Amino acid sequence: MSTLETTNHEEDGVTRRDMIHVSAGVMAGVGAIGALWPFIDQMNPAADTLALASVEVDISQIDVGSAIVIKWRGKPVFIRHRTAAEVSEAQAVPVSDLIDQQTDEERVLAGKDEWLVVMGVCTHLGCVPLGTKSGDERGDYGGWFCPCHGSHYDTSGRIRKGPAPKNLEVPEYAFLSDTTLKIG
Amino acid sequence: MKFVKNIAIALGLGSLAFSGAQAAGTAEHPLEIDWSFNGPLGQFDMASAQRGWQVYKQVCSSCHSLKYFRFRNLADIGYEEDMIKAFAAEYEVPGEVDDYGDPTVRAALPQDVFPSAFPNDNAARSANAGALPPDLSLMVKARHDGANYVYSLLVGYEDAPADFDLSSGMSYNPYFKGSQIAMAEPLFEGAVDYEDGTPATKEQMAKDVVQFLTYVAEPSLQKRHEMGIKVLIYLLILTIILYISMKKIWRPVKEGKNFYED
Amino acid sequence: MAEWKTAKPENKALGWLEERLPILSLVNNVVGPDTPTPRNLNYMWNFGSLAGLMLVVQLLSGIVLAMHYAATTDVAFDSVERIMRDVNYGWLMRYMHANGASFFFIAVYIHIFRGLYFGSYKAPREVLWMLGVVIFLLMMATAFMGYVLPWGQMSFWGATVITSLFSAIPVVGESIVQLLWGGFSVDNPTLNRFFSLHYLLPFVITGVVILHLWAKKVSDSGNPLGIEVKSSADQIPFHPFYTIKDAFGAGVFFLIFAAFIFYMPNALGHPDNYIPAEPLVTPDSIVPEWYFLPFYAILRSIDFPLGIPGVFELIDAKLLGVIAMFASILVWLALPWLDTSKVRSGNFRPVFKWFFAFLVIDMFFLTWLGGQKAEGNIPLYGKFATLYYFAYFLVILPVLSRKETPLPLPESISNPVLKPAE
Repeated sequence: MSTLETTNHEEDGVTRRDMIHVSAGVMAGVGAIGALWPFIDQMNPAADTLALASVEVDISQIDVGSAIVIKWRGKPVFIRHRTAAEVSEAQAVPVSDLIDQQTDEERVLAGKDEWLVVMGVCTHLGCVPLGTKSGDERGDYGGWFCPCHGSHYDTSGRIRKGPAPKNLEVPEYAFLSDTTLKIG
Repeated sequence: MKFVKNIAIALGLGSLAFSGAQAAGTAEHPLEIDWSFNGPLGQFDMASAQRGWQVYKQVCSSCHSLKYFRFRNLADIGYEEDMIKAFAAEYEVPGEVDDYGDPTVRAALPQDVFPSAFPNDNAARSANAGALPPDLSLMVKARHDGANYVYSLLVGYEDAPADFDLSSGMSYNPYFKGSQIAMAEPLFEGAVDYEDGTPATKEQMAKDVVQFLTYVAEPSLQKRHEMGIKVLIYLLILTIILYISMKKIWRPVKEGKNFYED
Repeated sequence: MAEWKTAKPENKALGWLEERLPILSLVNNVVGPDTPTPRNLNYMWNFGSLAGLMLVVQLLSGIVLAMHYAATTDVAFDSVERIMRDVNYGWLMRYMHANGASFFFIAVYIHIFRGLYFGSYKAPREVLWMLGVVIFLLMMATAFMGYVLPWGQMSFWGATVITSLFSAIPVVGESIVQLLWGGFSVDNPTLNRFFSLHYLLPFVITGVVILHLWAKKVSDSGNPLGIEVKSSADQIPFHPFYTIKDAFGAGVFFLIFAAFIFYMPNALGHPDNYIPAEPLVTPDSIVPEWYFLPFYAILRSIDFPLGIPGVFELIDAKLLGVIAMFASILVWLALPWLDTSKVRSGNFRPVFKWFFAFLVIDMFFLTWLGGQKAEGNIPLYGKFATLYYFAYFLVILPVLSRKETPLPLPESISNPVLKPAE
């Protein structure tokens, strides 16, 4: 009763016959994979989401020594206008003392080192650290303090004490002018 | 039996005859324009769409909103990012509430919707003698033969025939259902000063704004047309290969082979 | 009944699985190499697999759309526009789904009328046929609720008109309508439940499709000659012969489907559905999607009550219309007992053929009528067309079964020598 064997290995034209079946199979397969892409790509961020992927911030109103928080891609970003003392304090720390070794210069834009821009997301478990608003506790190192599990960040947003493993992340940003910052 | 059959045939022919007839509408059939976006390979005419954007901005937008159009969409009709920012910055949109809880306004950004001239429908109605100017985002798709219809409507204003009973404040337009429309004739020769120097005739402006509104109604049209050709060619080749494959597989069946003999 | 064969895969892992869950045997026995199938099936037999394919297309594109759609009256229309404008390939997904519904119905209508002509509803395939009718009813419910989701003018008013049909039911009608709406008009609760059910029903359809295939396995495929399989010479294995034929058919069908998606995506829709729902303004004419038009025409053509005019009314006009509309589909369930002719295929029924051809014309005519405004002679034509529709099933088929002299039937599928019909 087995029938397929016999049809496939028959007389002449075995190769020619196979060729057309193979190419039909390959064509159909390629098409199926191609058709799959739109079904997957539709899950990627849509145009309206991407349009909000970068924000422009007016920083002219941020006084020296104060900071603001803005929402970018659904997460908080801290923008701090550092005092000269805070900058030199951050630069003076020996890198070898740090948990996540990074110099202050690596974390700010050259020539704009009074501006510190970091993600407001504690690298431990994702809480938002305190220290942006005036009157907030800023921790032992004058930067930020995360109340969830007691992580202390310094004036460069680097982790100094507590369970967090990494420094506060620095997002991609650029100065469009002296008063306009573009994040993302 | 024969009798029944005859009735059956007669009724059948009758139904065929009637299926051709269509109930006549009360509006005139729109003019036929050969649009650049018609046909399987049709694309937008960017220059025309850009002029249309200018017409919309300077004429239509004083009454009609464009709810689903965002400034960033202008990139699709050939504008650069800084030009789009500049266009957007000409308008104000509601910002976030300030520290005292009061509403603020800010300059529009590319991601913002084109702001409506009226805060809500009632305001729009009261400013337009009770008639609501419809949103134009989908106008071309929301009417039969939309592109031709909008064009015809824009150039179709004329004096009402003597025997026509025109209500006060209405204009006569044979392409509009019922032939009278609350919108006064919007386009006049030279109503817009085209940046590219094209003479702004009524027909030119109507064509351009339809080009723009078609883009707004169906932004994916170009992508759809481009992709469609590829998909159809692929399917055609696949179907031909499948046909040849089928003919080969079926040959023994056609020759009467029995597949179940041992 | 077709014999069941157990697959014995060479691969050890597959063999292990097969002993515990004979999934390969299932495929093998329904559409595989071990599915003996009449060798003479024509292209009309392609539409079953095409309908199955369209079900898959609708499921996939629908699940994708549900990832972006919001079933709340305030934002439903906007969320559809966001799909069209901002979601990657969203326009493709939506046009595929909207036109897919039409092409699903095209495949199913041809499948049904193939069954009507070739007598696929006759013993031993009554249950197979009835399951098909159930699938069709579920499809109609699904399509109707899906059309409401974009929340355009036609969505809203279509929902209002169709749900109001239930108010025709005596005594409890109004309560049923309120129950369906979850309020006093079609509104947010209605939209929400329609979305829920629109997502659910396709999986119910899939379940019934599996039963439909099971019944097909048990009673075997019919064939254009309508005679029984006499020997193995009458059969060929389903795979590869009908798999490749179905694949070729799918290629042709998808060519037409793609032409609609890419070049006339709105041709089968109504422009009014690009106007957001407005409960205070009814469109000039409310037209259902084309696939509902014949039944809508039957509903509208009943504008008279059942009873003696001026004396008493047994059933009022509204209820009678609703009954007629549902009866026009439910009558298919009784078909195996209405048409008692022993000859299945219309090819050997010289008189039946004509009445059937006229039924097809009648269906097209009803479709056209359903799209017209009920003015002038349209209601009169509707009455004639409806009369013929019901007469075909309730009078013509039963009478023909007794009176018609069929042509001689062939000896067998593989040996087409004619012999007098049984």
